[in-house]
Amino acid sequence: MHILICIKQVPDSAQIRVHPVTNTIMRQGVPTIINPYDLFALEEALRLRDCHGGEVTVLTMGPPMAEDALRKALTYGADRAVLLTDRYFAGSDTLATSFALSQAIAKIGETFGAPDIVFTGKQTIDGDTAQVGPGIAKRLDLLQLTYVAKIVSIDLDAREITVERRSEGGTQTLMTKLPCLITMLEGTNEIRRGSLDDALRAARSQIVKWNAADAGIEDLTKCGLRGSPTVVKRVFAPTARAEKAEQIDTTEKTSRDLAEELIAGIFSRQPALEDELAFDGDD
Amino acid sequence: MLDTKRDTPPPAAGRAGMKKELPEHFKDYRHVWVFIELERGQVHPVSFELLGEGRKLADKLGVELAGVVLGPPGEATWHAVAEAFAYGADLAYIVEAPLLADYRNEPFTKAMTDLVETYKPEVLLLGATTLGRDLAGSVATTLLTGLTADCTELDVDADGSLAATRPTFGGSLLCTIYTLNCRPQMATVRPRVMAMPERMNKPVGRVIQHEVPMVEEEIVTKALGFLSDGQSSNANLAYADVVVAGGLGLGAAENLKLVKNLARVIGAEYGCSRPLVQKGWMPADRQIGQTGKTIRPKLYIAAGISGAIQHRVGVGGADLIVAINTDPNAPIFDFAHLGVVTDAIRFLPSLTEVFTHRLSPHSRDKLAN
Repeated sequence: MHILICIKQVPDSAQIRVHPVTNTIMRQGVPTIINPYDLFALEEALRLRDCHGGEVTVLTMGPPMAEDALRKALTYGADRAVLLTDRYFAGSDTLATSFALSQAIAKIGETFGAPDIVFTGKQTIDGDTAQVGPGIAKRLDLLQLTYVAKIVSIDLDAREITVERRSEGGTQTLMTKLPCLITMLEGTNEIRRGSLDDALRAARSQIVKWNAADAGIEDLTKCGLRGSPTVVKRVFAPTARAEKAEQIDTTEKTSRDLAEELIAGIFSRQPALEDELAFDGDD
Repeated sequence: MLDTKRDTPPPAAGRAGMKKELPEHFKDYRHVWVFIELERGQVHPVSFELLGEGRKLADKLGVELAGVVLGPPGEATWHAVAEAFAYGADLAYIVEAPLLADYRNEPFTKAMTDLVETYKPEVLLLGATTLGRDLAGSVATTLLTGLTADCTELDVDADGSLAATRPTFGGSLLCTIYTLNCRPQMATVRPRVMAMPERMNKPVGRVIQHEVPMVEEEIVTKALGFLSDGQSSNANLAYADVVVAGGLGLGAAENLKLVKNLARVIGAEYGCSRPLVQKGWMPADRQIGQTGKTIRPKLYIAAGISGAIQHRVGVGGADLIVAINTDPNAPIFDFAHLGVVTDAIRFLPSLTEVFTHRLSPHSRDKLAN
């Protein structure tokens, strides 16, 4: 089977700093990583290939440096990497992003065989929208399975797939037909250590680089800023609360005294709580 | 959002600054809609929170507020309609069909897009739940309109545009996003981000029943089963009145029992900050913060949590925040109300003990006498 996975190169968000005066992201020297949510999808794709045979193609859209993320994906064992890069994609919102990616996926289908499953991560850690996966599914008319916790079974002859999907109050079991798009839930597996062979292959591999025209995109008005219905009008820092926490003086006090004082402080601020807090331990 | 060449999204430049007029065919899009999320007979409370916000937007725009209910024929669906009125909707659109019993993307997307194309709302709000996000992305792409995820503030501009504000870069910055040339303007909001409005006791409003031609045979995806989280559910975390959470300051996974003990004694739910999930000390659905649960408890006790911006975004709505941390300069003290600079590992057992004493029925009797 042909499995395609979309990944995104993101700044390691834990290390993002905002310039205190200009409110801009200080990205200099911030390392980039594969969006951590994508790794669960990548591992699932590799497992399916190992189990059912076939190929895993990894696709990303981004600046030329996003090649690093693709090469990393190859070291985990992906078979082929495609980089979609063009200045026309700059400023894409989720609708424009899903347009460009779906065009590239269609082109990959023509070139290397149509994918049976398209994977994405649950969301990215920089955008956090979880919208691009459903957007790709809709544009390619793929059946959509989001927040998938487990792939229960795949029947390649009947072209059927059964999955467990996380819903708000429980787990939903869904059966649908291939081809489909799956967004994979986090914590469902652990990315493998790539083999030495894969590392060597990744270093030697030629990454397929496509611009808009290569991907078969004719209508550039659907790309980038022009193709994005949403517009960011203002970026600003959250306002700080006026006063800091009132500190309980800890000098020369036992933990017990401190606890008494803290609880008194809590109940003086929220008197109703004293009756509401439920004691349900053993007396 | 892909930003290849800039360090930040563009300021008020580009199309937003051009004040381009809305295309003619979108001008008759009016009124504010809220998707009433009905799953397995229950309305998700986020729908009521959205009705509260939707009411404000509709009043500013001078238009009506509608609830959209998609569900199977029967009592639960009509109950959802009545609840929409009780929380402020002027009218309700309802699509009743047996194939809307279990949530599946295909029939829900079809029903929602059909309603939008028929009745043309200018604003459509959905909860940022697993269901709402699954549906919103499909609907927005089908309609080729803008969708802003996880908004923390919704407002109406002088020219009547929806100004949707959301955190970006893990909450380090906020950005205000517009959908200028397309309708409807779509946005999702996470549970508990907006306050729960008053429930009114006059559940009356207009009902518009809409037929969507769909047959089960044409729906490819089949729902085979549902396993409820039941009592072990942590879905209560977002809606708990009292929450205790632990962070890296607890030092080791085994010390989480200190947090759980305190939570048990004061009848609280427990949670954690993101690093603990990344370390595998707690499951992801106990995570509190921008990428986890948003909480609005009456009392929140944070033990050994430094208070990174991504955590702050998820707890800002708490009435009273108590922080326990060894580092007096930890950012959590910038937004907590009460602070104790001490080691949570040593302090939590004492706090639990004193709470136990104070809250036991025996000591309450003594106080009453």
